[in-house]
Amino acid sequence: MRPILMKGHERPLTFLRYNRDGDLLFSCAKDHTPTLWYADNGERLGTYRGHNGAVWCCDVSRDSSRLITGSADQTAKLWDVQSGQELFTFKFGSPTRSVDFSVGDHLAVITTDPFMERTSAIHVKRIAEDPQDQVADSVLVLQSPEGRKRINRAVWGPLNQTIVSGGEDAVIRIWDSETGKLLKESDGEVGHKKPITSLAKAADDSHFITGSLDKTAKLWDMRTLTLLKTYSTVVPVNAVTMSPLLNHVVLGGGQDASAVTTTDHRAGKFEAKFYDKILQEEIGGVKGHFGPINALAFNPDGRSFSSGGEDGYVRLHHLDPDYFNIKI
Amino acid sequence: MVAAVDIDGRAAQLGINWSEINLDSIQLPPGDDFGIASDDEAVYHEDQSEFDTGFGNIIVVDHLPVVTREKYEKLEGVVKKIYNQLGVIRENGLWMPVDPDTKKTLGYCLIEFNTAQEAQNAKEKTHGYKLDKSHIFDVNKFDDFDRLMNVKEEWEPPQARPYVPAVCLRKSCCMFVSLLRCFFFQENYQKWLTDEKARDQLVIRHGADTEVYWNDPRQKMPVPVHKRPYWTESYVQWSPLGTYLVTLHKQGAAVWGGADTFTRLMRYQHSMVKLVDFSPGEKYLVTYHSQEPSNPRDASKVEIKVFDVRTGRMMRDFKGSADEFSIGGPGGVAGASWPVFRWAGGNDDKYFAKLSKNTISVYETETFSLIDKKSIKVDNVVDICWSPTDSILSLFVPEQGGGNQPAKAALIQIPSKVELRQKNLFSVSDCKMYWQSSGEYLAVKVDRYTKTKKSTYSGFELFRIKERDIPIEVLELDNKNDKIIAFAWEPKGHRFAVIHGDQPRPDVSFYTMKTAQNTGRVSKLATLKAKQANALFWSPTGKYIILAGLKGFNGQLEFFNVDELETMATAEHFMATEILWDPTGRYVATAVTSVHEMDNGFTIWSFNGNLLYRTLKDHFFQLAWRPRPPSFLTAEKEEEIAKNLKKYSKKYEAEDQDVSLLLSEQDREKRKALKEEWEKWVMQWKSLHEEEKLARQNLRDGEVSDVEEDEYEAKEVEFEDVIDVTEEIVQESM
Repeated sequence: MRPILMKGHERPLTFLRYNRDGDLLFSCAKDHTPTLWYADNGERLGTYRGHNGAVWCCDVSRDSSRLITGSADQTAKLWDVQSGQELFTFKFGSPTRSVDFSVGDHLAVITTDPFMERTSAIHVKRIAEDPQDQVADSVLVLQSPEGRKRINRAVWGPLNQTIVSGGEDAVIRIWDSETGKLLKESDGEVGHKKPITSLAKAADDSHFITGSLDKTAKLWDMRTLTLLKTYSTVVPVNAVTMSPLLNHVVLGGGQDASAVTTTDHRAGKFEAKFYDKILQEEIGGVKGHFGPINALAFNPDGRSFSSGGEDGYVRLHHLDPDYFNIKI
Repeated sequence: MVAAVDIDGRAAQLGINWSEINLDSIQLPPGDDFGIASDDEAVYHEDQSEFDTGFGNIIVVDHLPVVTREKYEKLEGVVKKIYNQLGVIRENGLWMPVDPDTKKTLGYCLIEFNTAQEAQNAKEKTHGYKLDKSHIFDVNKFDDFDRLMNVKEEWEPPQARPYVPAVCLRKSCCMFVSLLRCFFFQENYQKWLTDEKARDQLVIRHGADTEVYWNDPRQKMPVPVHKRPYWTESYVQWSPLGTYLVTLHKQGAAVWGGADTFTRLMRYQHSMVKLVDFSPGEKYLVTYHSQEPSNPRDASKVEIKVFDVRTGRMMRDFKGSADEFSIGGPGGVAGASWPVFRWAGGNDDKYFAKLSKNTISVYETETFSLIDKKSIKVDNVVDICWSPTDSILSLFVPEQGGGNQPAKAALIQIPSKVELRQKNLFSVSDCKMYWQSSGEYLAVKVDRYTKTKKSTYSGFELFRIKERDIPIEVLELDNKNDKIIAFAWEPKGHRFAVIHGDQPRPDVSFYTMKTAQNTGRVSKLATLKAKQANALFWSPTGKYIILAGLKGFNGQLEFFNVDELETMATAEHFMATEILWDPTGRYVATAVTSVHEMDNGFTIWSFNGNLLYRTLKDHFFQLAWRPRPPSFLTAEKEEEIAKNLKKYSKKYEAEDQDVSLLLSEQDREKRKALKEEWEKWVMQWKSLHEEEKLARQNLRDGEVSDVEEDEYEAKEVEFEDVIDVTEEIVQESM
C-alpha cells in the first residue's frame, strides 16, 4: 500500500472530511486555509480563503454544495463548495472548535471554546436554503455544566433529536436538541478518564466512537449511551474513525506534540492503528507520519482512508486487496 | 522500668486488668492512630518527616537527684546546661516527671533532641557522667527501653527460642508471632519450586505497586501471585536461593516468603536503610545506611549491620565514615561501593571480606570477628574478588613507584592466608577480574600502556584454578589494539565471549579453555564480524547467549547458539534497558524501565528468540526473576536426562498440546459470544433505522436515501477444516 502524500498545508492538520460520494476530501489545518482535494489521486482542487486563524473543523452538506468551517478566529463560515466563495460568517466571542450539519442540512451545531469570561457552549444555527436569507441568530444555546472545560466535538444524534458532545471533562453528554435539556451523561466508572479528543459516528447514526488522551477509544450506542467496546492502545488517541465496510476501527495519535522532538520517531508511535471492532483486538498499523496523527477519515466506500498529522501532511491510503481478506 | 510502673499505675487507677485485655481487639477510630506506629510496615507513611518516625531522638537520663519542687528548676537548669552542649533540645523537649504524692521528682528525665544523631551522641558522651558522687548518669535511648524491657520479660532458655532478638520496632508481639511461625510451624518456604507446571516467578515494581507473577508461557501471559501497593519504599530483592523477598522501609528491612502467599517472616531494624545484600547461602543479611554529612567537606557516615536472616538477630554492626568503606572514590552509591562486604563463594557463608586502604579484612561468621584477629596487609590493593565456589580471594595491586614496582594479580587461600599464585604485570593501566561461575577459571583483563604510553591495549591472563600449580596462560586478541567492550564466561562452562573492536560495529569472539584435542590450551572458536552489540547475556545453563545492543543500539537482540555457532533469531525490543534470563534458561525477559518515558514494560522471549508475550506498565521500575537453589541432581544424572530428553519430554508435550487446545477452544467460544452480541446490536439498530426511515426522509425534504446506505455490506463467514497433520522433528529443543 503506497500512500499519496498531500503537501498543501504549512501547519499541523486538524481535521479531515470526505463528502458523501467519496470523491472529495476536505482538510483543515492550523494554517488559515481549508483545502479541497480529489479523494482518488490526491490532486488539489482548491482552497477556501477568508479565515484569519487556525481552522479546527469542517462539514460538507449531503449534496456537496455547502461547506461549513469553524476557526480559532472566532467565526464559523459557510462556503460554496464549487466556487470557493464565502457565503456567510457566524461571529462568536470565542474560537469555534467543531461544526456539524444535521440530517437534511437545515441545521448546524457549532461549539465554542471557553475564552476570557465566556464559558464553552454549543450553538444550534438554522441554515437557510438561500444564503441571502441566512441569519446569525442561534436557535438554541447549550451550556456545559463544566463551563471552563473545552467541548472538543458535538454531533447530531439520530433524526436530529439529540446532540452528542464530548470534551476536556472526559464526559460524554446527550442533549435534547429541541428543549436543550441534558438527557444523559456517560458513567465516570466506565467512561474516559482523560479529555476526549475526537468523536466519529457510524453512517447510520446508531453508534459512535470516542478517542481520548487516556490511551483508549470507546464505542457507544448513540441512543442509549451504553458503552459497547473499549480499544486500548499505548499512546494518547487524537483521532478516530470507523470503516463503513468492515468491522474495523482506526485509532490515530502519538505522544504529546511538545514531547515529540525529544524522542526518536519510532518511539513516538505515530501510527494509524486498526482494531477489530467486535473483538477489540489490534489488527495492524499504518506508519508514515513523523508527528502525531491529528485527523483520520474513512472514505464512505470503505476502500481508502486518509490521515492528517502534526507534520503537516495528509496521507491518502488506498487499501490493498489483502486488507479486505484479513482474518483474525 | 519506671515507664512500665507508670502505665501499670494508671491502669490500676482506671481499674483495668492488663491480663484480661487482648491488645489486638482494640480498634482505633478511623483517621486517628493516636501516634501509635503501625506494626505493619507495608502501611505507607509518605509525608512523615525523618524525625517523626520514632522516638529515636529521645534519651532517658536516669539516676538524677530526687529533688523537691523548690529545687526543680535549678536541677532542670543544670541538666539543660549539660545537654545543650551536645545537641539542640527541642522546645519543651525536657520532661522531668514528678511524683504526684510527694511532689518530688522521680529521679529521671526524658530529653528530646532534634535528631537521632544528637541523641546517640548525647547518650554516648554522658553515659556514666558523674554529677556528683552518688549520682552517676545512666543514659539510654528511649527506643532501647522497650527493647530492654522485652528482653527481660520474654527471656526463656535459649534452646527453646534462642534470644528474643532486638529486631522489632517496639512491637514485640508481632515479632513473637513471626518467631513462632519460624520455629514451630515451619512452613515450606520452597513450595514455589514444586509448581506443577514448573513455572518460574518474577517480581515487578511499577507505579506504587509491587507484584509477583508466574511466568506462564503456555497461556502467554503472566499469572498473578501476589500484589501489594507500597510494599517497599525503594526496591525489592530476592535472596540468592530465592527463599525470601526483601523489602526496604524507613525503619529497616523485612523479608517475605512462605508456602502459598507472601507473608512477612522477619524484620531487621535499621532506620533509613538504603541497600541490602545477602550472603550466598542466604544465612545473613547485610544492610547499609549512609548519612549525608552536615558539612559537605566531611565524608558521609556509614552504618552497616549484619543480621542472621532466620532469627533476625543482629550479628555485628560496623560504623564509620564512608572513606573507611570505599577505595578510590565512591562506587555505586554516594558513600561506598556496594557491596562493601563481599561474601566468599559456596553456600556455607563462612567468610566475608572488606577492602579498605592497604588492608583486606576477612571476617569469619562463627565469631563475626577477623580471622586470626588480624587483617591482611597489602599495600595499595585496589580490588578483591572471591571465587564463586571456594574460599579463594583474588586481588589486584596496581603499579607503584612510577613503574618500578610491577602491578600484581594474586590468589590467596582463606583462612590460611597463603598466597596460592601470583603474577607480576608490567605497564598496566587497569585490570579487571572475572571468575567463571564454578570457580574453575579466572580471567584477568589487563589494560596495558603502549610504548608511547599514549594509548592502551588489552589482553587476558587466564588462571586454571583447579589444575596443579594453577597454570597461567596469556591471551591476546587477534588484533591486539581492539578495545574490549564486554566479557562474559559461559556459566558452568569452559567458554567465554568477548565483544571487541570499535563502535558502532564491534566484533564478537568466542573462546574455549579446552578443546577435544587440546585440554590445556585456550583456543578461539569463532569471530562474528560487525555485530550491533555491546552487552553479553549467557543463558544460566550455558550454550545459548544473547548478543544485545542496549542504549545506543536501541535494544537489538541476537539469540546465538554457541554449540552450533549459529544465530537462532534476531529481534528488537525497542529501547530495552534490561535483559534477564530466568533461572532455568528457558525464557528471557527484556524490559524498558522508567529511565525512558515511553513503552515501559517487559517482554518474555523463549530461549531461542520467539516472542511469547508483552506486558506494558507505566512507570516500570524493576523486574527480577526469583532465583532457584542449585539442582540436587548429579552431573551424571543430568547428562542422562539430556540424553533421553525425548522420552521425558513426550509427557510435557502432550500437556502443552492439551493446554493450547483448551485455550484456543476458550478463545473461539469468547469470539463467538462477542460476535453474537454484536449481531444483536446491529439487528436492533437496523430495526430502529428502518422505523425512522420516514422521519428521515421528511428531514431530507422527501429525498429517498436509505437504499444507498445499505448498499455496502460485508459478510464474514468463518470456516475451519483440518487439512493435514504432520509431525516434524525440529532441531534444537530444550
